Amino acid sequence: MHIDWILGLIGGLLIGTGGAVYLLGNGRIMGASGLIGGVVDGSGRGNLGERLAFLASMLLVPLLLGLFTQLPDTHATANVWALIAAGLLVGTGTRIANGCTSGHGVCGISRLSLRGIVATVFYILAGGLSIVFFRHLLGWI
Amino acid sequence: MKKRIGALAGGLFGAGLFISGMTDTSKVQGWLDVFGDWDPTLAFVMGGAILPMAVAWQIARRMARPYAGQAFPVPNRSIDRKLVIGSVLFGIGWGLVGLCPGPAVASLTYGGTSGAVFLIAMLIGMGAAPKLRSWLDRSVPAD
Repeated sequence: MHIDWILGLIGGLLIGTGGAVYLLGNGRIMGASGLIGGVVDGSGRGNLGERLAFLASMLLVPLLLGLFTQLPDTHATANVWALIAAGLLVGTGTRIANGCTSGHGVCGISRLSLRGIVATVFYILAGGLSIVFFRHLLGWI
Repeated sequence: MKKRIGALAGGLFGAGLFISGMTDTSKVQGWLDVFGDWDPTLAFVMGGAILPMAVAWQIARRMARPYAGQAFPVPNRSIDRKLVIGSVLFGIGWGLVGLCPGPAVASLTYGGTSGAVFLIAMLIGMGAAPKLRSWLDRSVPAD
């Protein structure tokens, strides 16, 4: 098996363990868009401390790990307009749908939630069509 | 206690995103791009993450309440246009740049200007979402 796949599996197990800790510990669904969005729009006022602790740790642990290995290249495009458009789409879309890859994907599918499965099918299909359109038809990315 | 549990969960999430390679947009776009040089890594990450989470849901059913919380989340079963429209918008942006909210936060310290620009735009989008959500609720009769 390719080393990237093994690292993917190990990383995935860690992500799922994080979700399990958050669910069994605090009774909350580990969804990145909900955690961040609740801070941005004020809907998470009641448990702001818990959200900020989560997000700070999520931001700092990769930096700490980078001290022992090396920080990866994100290979993100330098096209500012693509970044702005994608950021706006991801921000509004995940909050309108009330979930992203972690909330609907990981936490929803593992619960066999129809909502999570429907959301995941739509964002994967849209993502696949998006890259075909922008990369192969327009050649922008 | 809730903050400590939150920090532990966030740390595991961040470490998992880092180790799995999911903060590398080329791996995410490589998975979405079935007509390119297809990269199956994301499927391994998803599968790996779903396993412990599925066990956790089973354990949760046998617990009266979470360790430090009051209650477990009640499932929302409504499949509505917000779920579909929102997911499609998200997917378009996800395919375009290869970042979703988790990796955008986890890679902020090493994602350079691109990562920062994406995150700021994402936060603005999240700030605008409540208005769009209520507009979607009002503009079309409820189903």
